[in-house]
Amino acid sequence: MTEEELIPTSSSLLSFSLFPCCRPLSVSLSRSPSLSPPLFLSPPLSFPQIHIIDFDDENNIISKSVLLHQAGEIWHISASPADKAVLSTCYNKTSESRVVTCGAVWRMPPEWESGSHESPDDPHNSHNPQNLELLCHLDNSAHGNASSVLWEPMGDGTRVISLADNHALLWDLTESSTQATISSSATLEGKGQLKFTSGKWGPHHNCTQLATANDTAIRGWDLRTMSQIYCIENAHGQLVRDLDFNPNKQYYLASCGDDCKVKFWDVRNINEPVKSLEEHSHWVWSVRYNHSHDQLVLTGSSDSRVILSNMVSISSEPFGHLVDDDDLSDGEDNHQYDKSKEPLQDSIISTYEEHEDSVYAVEWSSADPWLFASLSYDGRLVINRVPRALKYHILL
Amino acid sequence: MTVRSFSCRFARKRRVHGMLKLYYGLNEEGKTVDQAESMDPCDINGPHFDPEVYLNKLRRECSLGELMDQETCMVKQIRSLDSDMQTLVYENYNKFISATDTIRKMKNDFKKMEDEMDCLSTNMASITDFSARISGTLQDQHAQITKLSGVHTLLRKLQFLFELPARLNKCLELQAYAQAVSSHRRARCVLQQYSHMPSFRGIQDDCHAIMDKLAQELRQKFRDGGSSAKDLSECVELLLQLDEPAEELCDKFLSHAQSRLEADLLGLEAETDILEFIDRGCNEFVSSLCLVIASYQELFVNRPQEGELASKNIPQMAIGKLHAFVDALATRYFSLVERRIQEEKSVGDNSLLVRALDRFHRRLQAVAKLLPGSAVPSQGTEIVVRAARERIKQYLAALQSFYLNSLTDVRQALAAPRLATGKDAPASLPELLSTLSASILNQIKSVLASVHLFTAKDITFSNKPYFKGEFCSHGVRESLVVNFIKFVCQSSRQFCESAGDRGGSTPPALLLLLSRLCLDYETSTITYILTLTDEQFLVQHHSPVTAVTALCGEAREAAQKLLNHYVKVQGLIISQMLRKSVETRDWVNTIEPRNVRAVMKRVVEDTTSIDVQVGLLYEEGVRKAHSSDSSKRTFSVYSSSRQQTRYAPSYTPSAPMDTNLLSNIHKLFSERVEIFSPVEFNKVSVLTGIIKISLKTFLECVRLRTFGRYGLQQIQVDCHYLQMYLWRFVSDENLVHFLLDEIVGSTAHRCLDPAPMEQSVIEVICERG
Repeated sequence: MTEEELIPTSSSLLSFSLFPCCRPLSVSLSRSPSLSPPLFLSPPLSFPQIHIIDFDDENNIISKSVLLHQAGEIWHISASPADKAVLSTCYNKTSESRVVTCGAVWRMPPEWESGSHESPDDPHNSHNPQNLELLCHLDNSAHGNASSVLWEPMGDGTRVISLADNHALLWDLTESSTQATISSSATLEGKGQLKFTSGKWGPHHNCTQLATANDTAIRGWDLRTMSQIYCIENAHGQLVRDLDFNPNKQYYLASCGDDCKVKFWDVRNINEPVKSLEEHSHWVWSVRYNHSHDQLVLTGSSDSRVILSNMVSISSEPFGHLVDDDDLSDGEDNHQYDKSKEPLQDSIISTYEEHEDSVYAVEWSSADPWLFASLSYDGRLVINRVPRALKYHILL
Repeated sequence: MTVRSFSCRFARKRRVHGMLKLYYGLNEEGKTVDQAESMDPCDINGPHFDPEVYLNKLRRECSLGELMDQETCMVKQIRSLDSDMQTLVYENYNKFISATDTIRKMKNDFKKMEDEMDCLSTNMASITDFSARISGTLQDQHAQITKLSGVHTLLRKLQFLFELPARLNKCLELQAYAQAVSSHRRARCVLQQYSHMPSFRGIQDDCHAIMDKLAQELRQKFRDGGSSAKDLSECVELLLQLDEPAEELCDKFLSHAQSRLEADLLGLEAETDILEFIDRGCNEFVSSLCLVIASYQELFVNRPQEGELASKNIPQMAIGKLHAFVDALATRYFSLVERRIQEEKSVGDNSLLVRALDRFHRRLQAVAKLLPGSAVPSQGTEIVVRAARERIKQYLAALQSFYLNSLTDVRQALAAPRLATGKDAPASLPELLSTLSASILNQIKSVLASVHLFTAKDITFSNKPYFKGEFCSHGVRESLVVNFIKFVCQSSRQFCESAGDRGGSTPPALLLLLSRLCLDYETSTITYILTLTDEQFLVQHHSPVTAVTALCGEAREAAQKLLNHYVKVQGLIISQMLRKSVETRDWVNTIEPRNVRAVMKRVVEDTTSIDVQVGLLYEEGVRKAHSSDSSKRTFSVYSSSRQQTRYAPSYTPSAPMDTNLLSNIHKLFSERVEIFSPVEFNKVSVLTGIIKISLKTFLECVRLRTFGRYGLQQIQVDCHYLQMYLWRFVSDENLVHFLLDEIVGSTAHRCLDPAPMEQSVIEVICERG
């Protein structure tokens, strides 16, 4: 039985429907460059599953495998940077009419690794979904509901941070990831019920920084001392939904929130954002820097749109390229060439409107920097490519 | 008479005629035209008349009778001619006789006269003789008398010289310096000439001593300066006559004048009132300056040049000095004036300042007349221009602060009655708007009137090119009016930006009011103000000016932004309520719904009050025609959601396909909902925007929660309640249906035990609430 419909639309590379009510989307690293990375998707409440979608770029083939996540509805997935079979989830556990959100580390069954290239029509795979193998719980009842679990970027998969209510917990995993111990923790204190809504482990400074969002504030933490470094109060007019570190510029941070804005911060000067975009017409749920070309910024919003922006002015790449004058003999050519090489303005490259419902997650491919996926509430996953013209403009 | 004798006589007569003609200078040429005719020998009056030919012709041509007639006629003519001639001869004869008599008489008279003349000449000869004799005798005495009178004159001169020192002394005592100098001047040359003689030398020395003393005294007087300008000028004149060096005198004179003028300037600094300041400046400083210039020019420049003074070219040197002097003093005066004008900050009454400036400018014209090449008047004009510019800036600032103050007033008015009575506040919104716009307009008008004083006809500087052109177009129109309108738009827009971060520090009512204000500006006020300005100032646009349309565009943009922001803020307030209500509740363990939650009632109440508020300022707007029975519509809406929820229990991996398909098909036929989209300037559009934002928030919050069975039912009840009341506010009720449908649908998806409530029960609960 097929679960995904391949509906190639005019502008998008691929889009197909999965379950409704999808939320998390995560991309793990892939070892083979020809293949785009596996995508992890989480379907709905009653029958939580993890869909691993493999997209063969050259043949335009999608293959999918489904793993059951018996423990409960998944709210957050992230893959281990070291072992592609290991992933962590935050899930709702319903017990005695109480809903608790927990965090756990899982291992995918070994069959998946070997048998990931089955054709999508293979009924066997769908009918007998396999269970994830639990490695350990990241649980501490004293620390409340986990909202997200973050792996150390580029780490060896032994350090994990979980954000639970108003606590940030740094866990040390054993090599086999079967045991987790809290090595340190930080607590957010203040008036009212403070709760971390999201967080990001910074890849710079030897991975010693963590950025978190709670309500309208963005906070930076030093993981060595577990103390707050900076706090951007009222970073957004309303709730901050997501954060992302610029992978190439160490002090730059992007944030998005319910005020429909995407803001770019230099954390050395937190009084004002470096740049602020207001293109969406509803809450912006997700913001992602491209891993290699950080001028490309992807945002997904509950106005059902995905917007790809080109933030040249604050990227790590210089404007245009230095033109070697010796190569240009003809004056006319020279002129034309110069013109085409004028620095690009910050601009929206394109707006993708394939989704019919709120887009909750967008993610760049970690293998192919020109590929990205977006997932909306109605279960539609859309894989898109950066427009060719822009790609060549950036590359050449 | 025979023909021959006739012709002979005729020829003679003709000869006489010719001689007469010759005598009177009438030659034949005058009759050249006749000559051709009179060449005819038959013409009896012609000069070439030939009787023979004529007779032959007559004899040949005429009958006898005719000949007889001709003859009679001819005889008659001859007779008349003869008688004429006779009268002529008689007349002339008489005249000739009388002329002969006269000549004879004259001859006798002349003879008598000749005798008398002879007698006269002899008498004259004797007179001459006598006279020669007399003068010969008197010659000696005459010479003596001449000599004596010469000596007398000399003696008198000598006496004058000898008396001179005494006289000078006396003059000195009497302080009649002018007389002393003129006396000395008369004697000076003589004394100089005869200085080799000891006695004269003595006199000269005495005189010198006295004159030195006098000069000393004059100088003293000059230096003392207590004397009036007239005295002073007299002094200078005398000194000049005493050969004092002119340059030194100029310097002294000027330094003297300077000290007095500086005293005036010092006195000025104490003055407080601007008009008095300028008055005093004009009356004391400028008029004394004019006096100084006038007397100086009279003394040094315009005096007739004589003797060796002419060679020194005093006027040129003097003028140069004067210019330097006037410039230096004027600069100080101007700096004082400018400082004083800058202190004039109160914008209440412009007429004082304008009058002061006018007086200032007018008085400087006197200097211009006195000293044509001077830069002083143009500098003065520049000061006036600068003052006018400064004034415009001040007025702009005053307008801006007035605007901000009135905004603060409005803010307070919005805040205060709400606390006091609660009911009056919304009612006063249109009043507030009208008072605000009227007071701003009045303020602009009064400012324009004040500024208009600068260009009044009776003001001397109003006809300067600056005040005719640049002041009107660039100064008043651009810097003042246009800038103010821009400021209004800009400050309004700032409300949107600053409030965005702090989350509604501006009261929403103010946003609404400002938005309406800007819209009014766009539609009428800007055009009115600019037309008013153009009319009042007769602006001729030499340089490009801001077009009315550009300003209107700006105002409209501001109005749009404000209204959008209003929608956002109000939407946010309701959203916050909804969000809190969803987030704080434990939806899994809630009890069976018996009531509509209070929050929903609050939402409807708030929406109604917003509706009233917006309705006060904006028109109704168009809404799509809705079905006659809107509450019935709910059945169909919920039937679809019920369908979805019916699928929910059989939620197997294969099931989502169906539900998904269903919701997707549903969405295919409904338009994409723009949540934060620009609104139109009418009530319905504003309310639609606010409700969209609120419901979308509700939807997103619901999707983040997990529900129990009763949780779902509570949401159903709440949504039905909203459905009952919200449709009337929006332009397209399907929008509300769609969003509420989505909310219930999403809740069903997020429900652990999706068992929906019966529609009838829901209705009962809602109607009871």
